[in-house]
Amino acid sequence: MTDAVPTSPADPFPKTLWPRIAAFALLAYVIYACAQLDISFARVETGLENASRFFSRLFPPNFARWELLVKGLLESLQIAVLATTLGIALALPVGLAGARNLMPAWVSWPARALIVVARSLHPVIVAILFVKAVGFGALAGVLALTVASIGFIGKLFTEAIEEISPKQVEAVRATGAPFASVLAFGVMPQVFSRFIGFATYQLDSNLRNSTMVGIVGAGGIGGTLFAAFQRFDYDFVCAILIAIISLIMLGELFATAVRAIFIDGASLADLFRRRGASHRDRLVEDD
Amino acid sequence: MSPVATLPAQERVWQRFTPAQRIARFTVYFVIVAAIVAAAQTIEVIPEFLADAPEQVGDLLTRMWPIDWPAYRGDVHDALIETIHIASLGTLLALVLALPVGVLAAHNLVPYTPVNLLAKLVLVSSRSVNSLVWALLFVGIFGPGALAGTLAIAFRSIGFVGKLCGEALEEAHQGPIEALAATGAPWRSILTFGYWPQVKPAFWSIALFRFDINVRESAVLGLVGAGGIGMALDSALNLFQWGRVALILLAILIVVIVTEIIVTQIRKRML
Repeated sequence: MTDAVPTSPADPFPKTLWPRIAAFALLAYVIYACAQLDISFARVETGLENASRFFSRLFPPNFARWELLVKGLLESLQIAVLATTLGIALALPVGLAGARNLMPAWVSWPARALIVVARSLHPVIVAILFVKAVGFGALAGVLALTVASIGFIGKLFTEAIEEISPKQVEAVRATGAPFASVLAFGVMPQVFSRFIGFATYQLDSNLRNSTMVGIVGAGGIGGTLFAAFQRFDYDFVCAILIAIISLIMLGELFATAVRAIFIDGASLADLFRRRGASHRDRLVEDD
Repeated sequence: MSPVATLPAQERVWQRFTPAQRIARFTVYFVIVAAIVAAAQTIEVIPEFLADAPEQVGDLLTRMWPIDWPAYRGDVHDALIETIHIASLGTLLALVLALPVGVLAAHNLVPYTPVNLLAKLVLVSSRSVNSLVWALLFVGIFGPGALAGTLAIAFRSIGFVGKLCGEALEEAHQGPIEALAATGAPWRSILTFGYWPQVKPAFWSIALFRFDINVRESAVLGLVGAGGIGMALDSALNLFQWGRVALILLAILIVVIVTEIIVTQIRKRML
């Protein structure tokens, strides 16, 4: 039995050496990388002088060629809608095949490899390849964004299926149900609301990217944007940017409405009613 | 539902959704189908190009086949390193810029709604502009090069990091905060000892996640002149050096996959 020796309470926030070393290493890296990339205050300064000139040429936006603008936006919208549809249609079987709790390893590994490859390349890079394969135009954009959708939805769908409760699957299986019924009544109800979440998210993401694939000639407003930029037609660039941002925000509103209806069970009237925070979007974005 | 309750028991039918909910769901289905049909009918597809596609793909693959390995020792390696620098510097800059905005957006830290809304506006505008558009703007200001790319990555990431950090701050437990406030701690101590330990894992996880995305995004910035491997890709494409294109694509693929594996492992251990 030892007497309780009064000791000074341990410091709850002990000062260790590691954070300092890490901070120092980080600082050294920043200096090294800036030197490598030729970034210096002098360049930033000359840039800031340019900035005022640049912005004065951006404003006021010039909507004189609105027909070109509307045509490009509509094409972007078409690309986004078709790519999302095709992407979801193809991602569902691929995502299902990738789920390790339902599929044997020889099915799930190829499906997972396909998803990883589809996710790794940026849609704009994939668009370059499709422009070569199917020529300039919206089709290349649709195919490129379809690949991106397969990667994203396939990955999330696989994860969602792997996290389901096995009890309901077992219960349906125990009745002697065929595999298709197990999927329809044991698996789908468990993943449906999450599926709505990523499908609407993917529509949103495809809309953003469909305004960009035009830079490499794959259709949509991006081509118009890049051409205007290269001609130093900055007031038209500004008009295009305003149009793109409005389109994206409209798409986001639509996605929020769909999530409210399908996940929170809202009616159309509820959408226009002011409510507190309803469905908090838990999906982390990835675009 | 009162009309159902008045019916005799045997006529009651259980329905999962109320009529209003069914109308809402039907409207969404209708809009989606109408949009798909309209888009499929009006989109411009050139049939000759489509018919030609298999031949073109075959041609593409045969031209890519002898992958131009020696080119890696030349400038492809340097461009790849530049891309990684752009991604990491851009992420670091974004973290520095996004933290204050995230703090301003959290209502429990800054209980002034106008300030919260202003901060949220900054975050939304950062997020709704694609990184390629940010790159175009910065190329217009700073000229072509890695500086424009780094800033584009940083400005696109502010919205992402700031939004998630703000949400993490809003979800922090109030217990430690109240305890600190009761001791009379100044707000800086409340931030560093009350909030920071609670949001630290989330913060580093968000930072790593954004770095992963930024590696992917920085590979394309070069297409608009903002430095990195995209510039090498663009010049190889313009010169029809398909063997080199194949090498660059393979390099991007490997870097992206390796980054994702490393980031996933670190995040798994951290959380």
